[in-house]
Amino acid sequence: MDKYMLVFHNVPQVEEVYGSMSPEEMEAELAKWGSWIGGIAAQGKFISSDALEPSGKTIKGSKKVITDGPFIEGKELVSGYLLMHADSIEEAIELSYGCPIYDHEGTVEVRKIQVY
Amino acid sequence: MGIYEIDETVTHLFRQESGKMCAVLTKLFGLNQVQIVEDLVQETLMSALEVWKTNGVPENPSAWLYRVAKNRTIDFLRRERNFNTVIAPNISKKLQQQHEDSAWLDAFFLESEIQDAQLRMMFACCHPELSAEQQIAMILRTLCGLTAKEISIAFSQTEETLSKRIFRAKEKIRSAKLRLEVPIGQALLTRVDAVLQIIYLLFNEGYKSSTDNAVIRKDLCGEALRLSAILVQSEACKLPKAHALLSLICFQSARFDARIDKYGKIILLEDQDRSLYNQRLIRLGYEHLKKASIGREVSEYHLEAAIASYYTVAPSFDQTNFQAIFYCYELLWQINPSPFIALNKAIALGHYKGAEYGIEALHEIKDLENNYVYHSALGDFYKKIGQNIQSKMCYDKAMIYVTLPAEKELLKAKMKF
Repeated sequence: MDKYMLVFHNVPQVEEVYGSMSPEEMEAELAKWGSWIGGIAAQGKFISSDALEPSGKTIKGSKKVITDGPFIEGKELVSGYLLMHADSIEEAIELSYGCPIYDHEGTVEVRKIQVY
Repeated sequence: MGIYEIDETVTHLFRQESGKMCAVLTKLFGLNQVQIVEDLVQETLMSALEVWKTNGVPENPSAWLYRVAKNRTIDFLRRERNFNTVIAPNISKKLQQQHEDSAWLDAFFLESEIQDAQLRMMFACCHPELSAEQQIAMILRTLCGLTAKEISIAFSQTEETLSKRIFRAKEKIRSAKLRLEVPIGQALLTRVDAVLQIIYLLFNEGYKSSTDNAVIRKDLCGEALRLSAILVQSEACKLPKAHALLSLICFQSARFDARIDKYGKIILLEDQDRSLYNQRLIRLGYEHLKKASIGREVSEYHLEAAIASYYTVAPSFDQTNFQAIFYCYELLWQINPSPFIALNKAIALGHYKGAEYGIEALHEIKDLENNYVYHSALGDFYKKIGQNIQSKMCYDKAMIYVTLPAEKELLKAKMKF
């Protein structure tokens, strides 16, 4: 079975919404993610998933210029990923439909893992 | 003479075939005559033993058994009185006229009919009029061909208790006029749940039971596998959750030979030789997990099957996908928020995120103060982060609540720092 990666993208404003959630709201949000991931795991297809902190460093080019954060005003940034098994990209897309990121108008990019 | 005096293959054959013959003949005689049926089957097995001892096991032993069973049945029916009182009410006029000729009986022994009869028997045994204990006992007695004595060993109870239980179940079947049929429509869906539940219990009894009799334990698991396979082969019952249960049983059974050492002692998952896992059963497990995933339903069987799959396919214990297992337990906990699910969830979390997280989650669980696994898991995590004093205190507590000698041994081994 092939591997696919779902890459989650949010606009920075949504990341701020996450950041300002109360513990109860955060718990409810995490429960939604848990249910969705659990459904994939229940089919034996889940490999791994992680969320990323919204800020970090960006290193670029041969000069290795370091700048703060991936923030680029107005653009979406990578907020996490989920790696899974699927028979086809159609199945991977189908499995992504339960992802809570869509409720925040976020984006899921579905990419097949290359095998060398 | 016990039927288990000849070798193991014949034992297995007898168990399976007696279950099949019982189901087929019950379809003919009616559920209220299950005692007559059992006697006929027993006679058939006895004569097989007699003849096979001298002549050897025939080339097609099943066909041999069916032929004798048919002849015995005809003999029984030729006693006119029996036919009129026992059989006639159950069969059509046409069959009644043909009963002197044995050919009509052949139709009952066609492979498809045998499957159908066993399916009906399964549903009959899981009738809500019977208690769960009676249901399991009846299934093991009639469909799996276990004697009351063997069932009593499997359940660590006296033979007398089991005999009485079976006797009462049969009485109930008669008095409540239960019929040998697979329900239809909504009733089917409810009853399938009961059948799945009983097969699940049957499997767990075999897999986790405290009895030392490894042969019987393995047979219980084998029977659970066989019965759930019959279920998913039936057009009406091949529901996703039935596939999920079969998948679970396949994955768990795949590890069977690796989890007991040659002295009959349990080998922990961590220490099992994974090259002994049965690859055919693992493939079968995936095949049915896939069929189980059609549709939206995620039942407890789905989740348990998936958990078993992650444990079984990991190259080593440390490389197990504990994140996946954690999420499965999370969903299981949403379906059934029991402290035992919380315990397993906390253990998975500790392996996935780190021992500290496991300890924290374990401390949040109430109601498991008397559970040795709980204290033992805490001890494991404290040991992992080098807090040996805390760890020993937890193991000591676990020692208070452990009951089985094998588990006591395992704990002692852990207490070496």
